[in-house]
Amino acid sequence: MTAPIKPAEGYAFAYLDEQTKRMIRRALFKAVAIPGHQVPFAARDMPMPYGWGTGGIQVTAAILGPADVLKVIDQGADDTTNAVSIRAFFQKTAGVAVTTRTGEATVVQTRHRIPEEPLKAGQTLVYQVPIPEPLRFLEPRETETRVMHALADYGLMHVKLYEDIATHGHIAKTYAYPVKVEGRYVMDPSPIPKFDNPKMHMNPALQLFGAGREKRIYALPPFTQVESLDFEDHPFERTKFEAPCALCGATDAYLDEVVIDDEGGRMFVCSDTDHCETRREQGHRGALLGETPNQEARP
Amino acid sequence: MYVSVKGGEKAIRAAHRLLADRRRGDRAVPEVAADQIREQLTLAVDRVMNEGSLYDRDLAALAIKQARGDLIEAAFLVRAYRTTLPRFGYSVPVDTAAMAVERRISATYKDLPGGQILGPTFDYTHRLIDFALMADGDTPLAERDATSAAAAMPRVTDLLDGEGLIEAEPASDDGVEPGDLTRAPLRVPASRDLRLQQLARGDEGFLLALGYSTQRGYGSTHPFAGEIRIGEVEVEFEVPELGFAVPLGAVTLSECQMINQFAGSAEIEPSFTRGYGLAFGQVERKVMAMALVDRALRTEELGGETEHPAQDQEFVLSHADNVQATGFVEHLKLPHYVDFQAELALVREMRREHAAARAAREAESGDTYQEAAQ
Repeated sequence: MTAPIKPAEGYAFAYLDEQTKRMIRRALFKAVAIPGHQVPFAARDMPMPYGWGTGGIQVTAAILGPADVLKVIDQGADDTTNAVSIRAFFQKTAGVAVTTRTGEATVVQTRHRIPEEPLKAGQTLVYQVPIPEPLRFLEPRETETRVMHALADYGLMHVKLYEDIATHGHIAKTYAYPVKVEGRYVMDPSPIPKFDNPKMHMNPALQLFGAGREKRIYALPPFTQVESLDFEDHPFERTKFEAPCALCGATDAYLDEVVIDDEGGRMFVCSDTDHCETRREQGHRGALLGETPNQEARP
Repeated sequence: MYVSVKGGEKAIRAAHRLLADRRRGDRAVPEVAADQIREQLTLAVDRVMNEGSLYDRDLAALAIKQARGDLIEAAFLVRAYRTTLPRFGYSVPVDTAAMAVERRISATYKDLPGGQILGPTFDYTHRLIDFALMADGDTPLAERDATSAAAAMPRVTDLLDGEGLIEAEPASDDGVEPGDLTRAPLRVPASRDLRLQQLARGDEGFLLALGYSTQRGYGSTHPFAGEIRIGEVEVEFEVPELGFAVPLGAVTLSECQMINQFAGSAEIEPSFTRGYGLAFGQVERKVMAMALVDRALRTEELGGETEHPAQDQEFVLSHADNVQATGFVEHLKLPHYVDFQAELALVREMRREHAAARAAREAESGDTYQEAAQ
């Protein structure tokens, strides 16, 4: 963990002015009160590009306090460029403590993953969302999709999933796999792999979703029921991996495929870097590191 | 190799240093100053002020310099700065009829009160590269004809309005505060004030293509450029403590009033309809395209049916903002390997099943063939 520092001068705490934060918090309250429902909010132009997580950044800016400990991940990793950049932004503008340890963080901002380590009560997971509308690819018009949500008319979505099965033998959604929240709203979980979907269900942490360009906020309060859409004869299945992590030997984690040569060589490693490092510290060893802990003495 | 796919703080810092270096270019060539951009690349500055939604020539010029001349990037810098500024309220509506006109033309009348004033336009230049500009040279100061600027210049649409030939302009003092889509999320259908705001902030190229599409049959409005005027107008602000409006300064505006084909019904007499464009600086192409698109977006209001992209509010308003558009298009270069991994797994599984199914089919047809041979 890196201790808090003095924030940069000339800007409000965590960049956004207090009126803007209040506006975002109001949207967050409404979102928490109606789980899975998309609440419009007046997203601001931020100093990062749209598509880089401006929604998540605004949500984080609105909920962050001086005592918070922030973790930022992209693709599950703390050291991807965009995660580094967002973490540095909040260090600079809010001076908060930052960490790469999931367990130490009070706020985790994420793009495309949910950490492997189960979240605890009191933690908040902030998702960056590109397209908040799960029905958008079936119906491009917001005027239509709003009515569909209001009437809980999700037939179109089920038809689409059924057509996938008829055409491909599978539901051809491997990420941003739609979920139903508390039996009411169909919600886009952001482009997390469907592997992560079950982690949203009855999670003790607060889950907040921010879409900056599309100006929408939605939320899953702690212990919310979240079901991935499926059919009785085609139940939802998590993506499975054939090999364990080459570094830590994990068999229950989401893995990145790394191309190691130009002759078809592949290896699989944990996408969640903190999870992988923690396991290695605990003495777990994957095939690449050999069986004995001592072999990993080199940095 | 595992590490190579990850970024890191060192890489970012090095990239920023290189970016600054490339921005500066050959050190043997003098560095361009922001005030040179402000004075000599004025049309670029105007575009950045519009798409950046902030009237500040110095800031826009600096942003152009910092963005290495990438005008969308410059507009983005201005927008991010704008986010940090407090807002005090709305000015009194500006009066473009009282504009200190530098350019004013009408395509609908040969001559009209106040006359036609060409002003600083490329319109009748021959587009020949002027190699003399390669050398530093004194450009003579242009003289201004004081009489033309002083003449009263009623707006062409007001002349038509006097005869009742054009739909009446909606009253500006209807008591409803105009919307601001930078302070409230846009909802469609959106009222005309919000639509015009989005068009004024919108990408010039996008509006140009949409306006052009209406001229090519995708929602024709039979437009005439009733009037284009460019010049300075005074901005006034009502201070509650004072009880009257005080001038805050002047801004240069371009305004286009398109006159389009008819509206009317059994009850209402036939009349021309309006399309309106207004933006900061000298941005004639922008306001003309804006006026075409504004009119196209009124299709339903005027009794037509939405059939073409330029008439479709959701389509136009959702895609006009180039800072949003460039962000989302360019975000595809951010890592997506987690999602791609999930797709890889599925396509492999589907290929396995496909191969198995084919093998089964072939085995079956092989049996049939053998049976037939026997």
